[in-house]
Amino acid sequence: MLRQIDGSFAVAEAIALCRPAVISCYPITPQTHIVEHLGELVKSGELPNCEYLNVESEFGAMSVCIGASAAGARTYTATASQGLLFMMEAVYNASGMGLPIVMTLGNRAIGAPINIWNDQSDAMSARDAGWIQLFVESNQEAVDVHIQAFKLAEALSLPVMVCMDGFILTHSYTRIDMPTQEQVDRFLPAFQPRQVLDTADPVSMGAMVGPEAFTEVRYLAHYKQMEALELIPKLAEEYDAIVGRDSGGLLKSYDAEGAETVVVTMGSVIGTMQEVITAMRAEGGSIGAVTIRSFRPFPKDQLREVLKDAKRVIVFEKALAVGLGGILSSNVRWALRGLTTTPVYSVIGGLGGRPITRPSLRRLFEAGSKDQLEDTHFLDLNIDLVKRQVERERSRTGSGPAAENILRDIGAVRAAKTA
Amino acid sequence: MGKPEVITPKHTAKDYKSAVKPVWCPGCGHFGVQSALFRALAYLDLPPQQVAVISGIGCSSRLPNYTACYGFHGVHGRALAVATGLKLARPELTVLTVGGDGDGFSIGGNHFLHACRRNVDMTYIVMDNEVYGMTKGQPSPTTPPDWDSKIAPGGTGINPFLPLAVALASGANFIARGYAGDPNDVARMLVEAIRHPGFSFVQVLSQCITYRPEEKEWKHSVHASPEEPATTMVAAAQRLVGEDSLTTGVLYKGERLSYTAHIHPVQRSLAEIEESFVL
Ligand SMILES: Cc1ncc(C[n+]2csc(CCOP(=O)(O)OP(=O)(O)O)c2C)c(N)n1
Repeated sequence: MLRQIDGSFAVAEAIALCRPAVISCYPITPQTHIVEHLGELVKSGELPNCEYLNVESEFGAMSVCIGASAAGARTYTATASQGLLFMMEAVYNASGMGLPIVMTLGNRAIGAPINIWNDQSDAMSARDAGWIQLFVESNQEAVDVHIQAFKLAEALSLPVMVCMDGFILTHSYTRIDMPTQEQVDRFLPAFQPRQVLDTADPVSMGAMVGPEAFTEVRYLAHYKQMEALELIPKLAEEYDAIVGRDSGGLLKSYDAEGAETVVVTMGSVIGTMQEVITAMRAEGGSIGAVTIRSFRPFPKDQLREVLKDAKRVIVFEKALAVGLGGILSSNVRWALRGLTTTPVYSVIGGLGGRPITRPSLRRLFEAGSKDQLEDTHFLDLNIDLVKRQVERERSRTGSGPAAENILRDIGAVRAAKTA
Repeated sequence: MGKPEVITPKHTAKDYKSAVKPVWCPGCGHFGVQSALFRALAYLDLPPQQVAVISGIGCSSRLPNYTACYGFHGVHGRALAVATGLKLARPELTVLTVGGDGDGFSIGGNHFLHACRRNVDMTYIVMDNEVYGMTKGQPSPTTPPDWDSKIAPGGTGINPFLPLAVALASGANFIARGYAGDPNDVARMLVEAIRHPGFSFVQVLSQCITYRPEEKEWKHSVHASPEEPATTMVAAAQRLVGEDSLTTGVLYKGERLSYTAHIHPVQRSLAEIEESFVL
């Protein structure tokens, strides 16, 4: 059914179609609307047989999910930014125990300085936590991928995090084609847990594992993520067969084949990029793009295949590994190892919600197409502001907090809006 | 407290105000707490630079930005722990921790217990609106069980937490409850709280007119306790549990010694050291 709804609402409706048995949550911008709408669906009876519990923190929320999932319940939560960081110990626990929890991450920057706007630093902080991480480009994809996420999680007994750009997706109203309950039921059968509370055979989970088996338990998780590389496209096909929509597999190509310059990115920014790339192609430019849906597991072979003929690759990402540069770009470089003639430019942009505009992208792609980019490039960085602060720190001790100094330099004295 | 002492402060409330204008909703109780705090600091004649105001995240936790004191806007729920570190490093500062009921009792609940227990000399002001204001209206541990919201359909169904009783049981040395609609009264409490050694906890009922408009009624229902502050835990426990949650006043004043920092060992002069070697 076609509906004009916002991303949060759409995700909540999709989750409800998956018939979760336990939802535990804690509010944080920009995901709060998702769990609030689920609360409404529980209250109205549209989501029956669901224990819905708002707890005292994200740490509590993930821990409740762990308990519920370990007891055999289909379990869901959502968070963002500081919330993900705060629950991190439990995030590792969930994956270590192989619990098929599904979590939405409404991507948002991490403080300090506090910032509620979109980037993908939060997801990157959990990239090695053992969760499958899927990035969606649109709200329609968010709907389709969440439904597939439960099936994927349960098939492998691994948790899945669906990452969607905060505000840009969570708060934007678009047309959504919502699958029917009957379709979702056909695609996603009732949860058959690997781990159940069986009174005839009690087990204690989370026990100490020493050096004699720790490597094997870890390797098992890695092995299963490698299996996901096969399962993700298969599930997308099954979904397509029932719902009638190609929702994408491990990655998506936008005219990347045969293009000299290929942009690689994740998430919603591809929307703006497509406009720029279409315009450049119309003018004869040889440029295309690839978006990565499955960041963990990382589809290195598939990516290598699409990028093998590219003359250069521009990786654009909304996160920064301080002291290294790009994170996605490091992964892409690794996927392309051996193809030494292909330069991979790493571009960091959109941090803390800085707008990624068409003119900026156009300049970036044009410079990139002429191999005029540095190894690591920061889109629209005002380097003078940074230099002023560096100079201040150099010239006097006790120069004060950096962020506040920079705000003063741009005339904002102190940022007023926070969350 | 009894009659205010006659002193001529060098400071006025204005000296504590920063150039940043609050973004609180018109009618928010947090304005009253801000005003009470400035009055108390002026009354105590504390230079703004001798005061540190520490917070977590929330509408209430924005307060440090609005003061001309040292401020610290930390992460959600960790204000008391940050304040503890600050006080240990700079014991001469007057340390005030401020925040909301969500910040202090939900996500930061464990620090609340241990800050009371540790009894470091600081004042903790919780601007309690019985709701998460900043994230737009979710129940906190002090929200009534039947308050309906999207995130707690039909209400939480669980009993509100009694922050004052918890503070007492955990070891707080000074416990008071005020109402943001009466900033003079809150200012008097804050003066006492700041002066009292150890961990002082002041809950200020601070109405959220946006998400809990029914709290406008507080102005009719809060009432001052006629009694003097309890001085024993037994007497305090009885009143904190027995009295209703709209009773205002300084309710308990304990005599626990406050935690002392060890990082500033007493400096002894050479003469003093030599003295100890005199046979
Ligand atoms: C770890 C983390 N989780 C969630 C949030 C989102 N959040 C910001 S403020 C807040 C609650 C604030 O409520 P309260 O402390 O009562 O203050 P009020 O806004 O009502 O003054 C929440 C949940 C956050 N910033 N960090």
